Amino acid sequence: MEYFLELFFSGLTRGSIYALIALGYTMVYGIIGLINFAHGEIYMIGAFTALIVASVLTVLGFNQLAILLCAGFAAVVYSSAYGYTVEKIAYKPLRNAPRLSPLISAIGMSIFLQNYVLLAQTSDFMPFPALIPEFEFMEPYAHIVGSSELVIFLVTTLVMVLLTLLIKFSSIGKAMRATAQDKKMAMLLGIDVNKIISITFVIGSALAAIGGLLIASHIGQINFYIGFIAGIKAFTAAVLGGIGSIPGAVLGSFILGWTESFATGYISSDYEDVFAFSILVLILIFKPAGLLGRDKTKKV
Amino acid sequence: MIIVDYLKKSFFVAIWFMFLTFPIMVIRVDSIEGIVEWRWQNMLLVGIGSFILSLVGRYIRIKQEKAARSVQKGRVQQLKSSLLIDPKMYLPGLALISLLVLVFPFLFSVYQTNIMTTALMYIVLGLGLNIVVGLAGLLDLGYVAFYAVGAYCYALLNHHFGLSFWLALPLGALLGALFGIVLGFPVLRLRGDYLAIVTLGFGEIIRLVLENWNEFSFGPSGIANIDRPNFFGIDMSLNESIIALYYMMVCLVLFSIFMVNRLQSSRIGRAWIALREDEIACQAMGIDKTKTKLTAFALGATWAGMVGVIFAAKTTFVNPASFTFLESAIILSIVVLGGMGSIVGVVVGALVLILLPEYLRAFSDYRMLLFGAIMVIMMVFRPQGIIGNVRKSYLFQEKKG
Repeated sequence: MEYFLELFFSGLTRGSIYALIALGYTMVYGIIGLINFAHGEIYMIGAFTALIVASVLTVLGFNQLAILLCAGFAAVVYSSAYGYTVEKIAYKPLRNAPRLSPLISAIGMSIFLQNYVLLAQTSDFMPFPALIPEFEFMEPYAHIVGSSELVIFLVTTLVMVLLTLLIKFSSIGKAMRATAQDKKMAMLLGIDVNKIISITFVIGSALAAIGGLLIASHIGQINFYIGFIAGIKAFTAAVLGGIGSIPGAVLGSFILGWTESFATGYISSDYEDVFAFSILVLILIFKPAGLLGRDKTKKV
Repeated sequence: MIIVDYLKKSFFVAIWFMFLTFPIMVIRVDSIEGIVEWRWQNMLLVGIGSFILSLVGRYIRIKQEKAARSVQKGRVQQLKSSLLIDPKMYLPGLALISLLVLVFPFLFSVYQTNIMTTALMYIVLGLGLNIVVGLAGLLDLGYVAFYAVGAYCYALLNHHFGLSFWLALPLGALLGALFGIVLGFPVLRLRGDYLAIVTLGFGEIIRLVLENWNEFSFGPSGIANIDRPNFFGIDMSLNESIIALYYMMVCLVLFSIFMVNRLQSSRIGRAWIALREDEIACQAMGIDKTKTKLTAFALGATWAGMVGVIFAAKTTFVNPASFTFLESAIILSIVVLGGMGSIVGVVVGALVLILLPEYLRAFSDYRMLLFGAIMVIMMVFRPQGIIGNVRKSYLFQEKKG
């Protein structure tokens, strides 16, 4: 039972991180119908920025809470800035290009950003300071669920709630939904579509940065390649839940997290990623639009 | 006045990029020693570089817009398309290229020939993927899986049973086709991007299985000492066999070009194009969607299987690290960069994308960076690819007299 709970919570943690990244994918896809391959790289850059800021502040001798806040703030700001810039450079000129062009451009961007960090920093794994403190009240449960796992779950939940509120009730959220439904009509109603797309990239990138900071602090090391794997997994999760759908992305992420966690725990850790992709293939065979995605009937 | 405006804009772009690259380019921390290294010179470089690039980018944009408006473009377009269609225009060029291809191994070193063989392999891979992506419009991100199937087919059969290269070649092709159908079946119902992610997943599954199933594939250490191809039982030195392989690849490229060209204008080829353009209209015209998609997958995978066998024979060593997603991305880039659906485009794309990194080795650290940047720049300024596909058109000529 204890082992089961341990795996359950580890799956929950994984799922939370996937969800934070998957939301960026699904929001961008919902609005411009593009698989933003560079999104995983944005997450990686968030983690790196946090690492750099945290290390500098540690050397300067700040206390832990200040470091956590500053690192988090810097990660969010810089990731958003990168997301915004990537969109402006690589996707905006391609709005009306053939469907595959932005995808290639995104893959190119992803390769570019990976190598940019590789060259400017290092190709080795860098140790990431444990920014999240160990809580005393968690002591008795530490063998099942760690403090950082708890924090990851809580932060993710908070972020989800805020995001839902933003999208449901704010005017920006309304504009975003309108743009996702019909870009031309939204434009006619006076919505600045380019601005909304930029905002979507910024929000998605900020979420990815939070995910990057949390998981890097939890695992304790990062390198330039972490974005690729996490990106593909998160994208899988988004597709699993039905891409374009926000609750779908969250649901898909948790399913993926638990699948991986239980499969590695009970079957074999070698095939962790195989399980993740197999469940994706299985679900798509039986439900081609994903779990919560609407199956659009095309009218002629 | 406009120039001042552009200078001002580029200046702000430079400032923005200096801000953007600040933590990653300027600061480097050695967290074990606790030393922070500040590299301010990088910031200056980024500032100047982005200022110039932004100006150049703006300049090209203006030029493109002007060209789109003026009549001149029509003439250039005409010249280019006649270069590809009119035999009088392209025959001398073709003759020159074939001569160059024939004497290449004697003009250049064995090392160069080897690189060229690799480029030729990618041409065939590109042509294969072109069937799936360019013609049938099915976005396949896991193409490398079929390549791996072919490579491991030869590697394993050769290792266990000493199977010869020439037997493995058709077998690899067949196995590739079989895997194409196996993958094709479940994903037939999926559209567009769902298909992309499932094929990506499939590619990763194949690679991970090869990496972890030690009893079957010898895991990450791979299989070494695979036999090189034997040509007519002649004993050959290493250099000679590299040259022989080069000529064999030339033949295979010609064969593939011939086949794909014939396929393109055949009934099934036209069905693929119809499927790409409009699935519903295509079905309404009585085209069997399932069969058409499956043949596209199977035929695309056939080439990959075949090249996989050649890859194993060429390097005499296979391991799962050769079949990562990056490889799929490169093959896809070849197709898209060259111009989707265009055979000449695939050839040019493969030569550019494979030879460029080889000759960029001078800046070896920066070559992947440049590779990524070129992909983005290419798409932004020329999304239809280097050589856009020229649609076949039939001209009605009235009989004279």
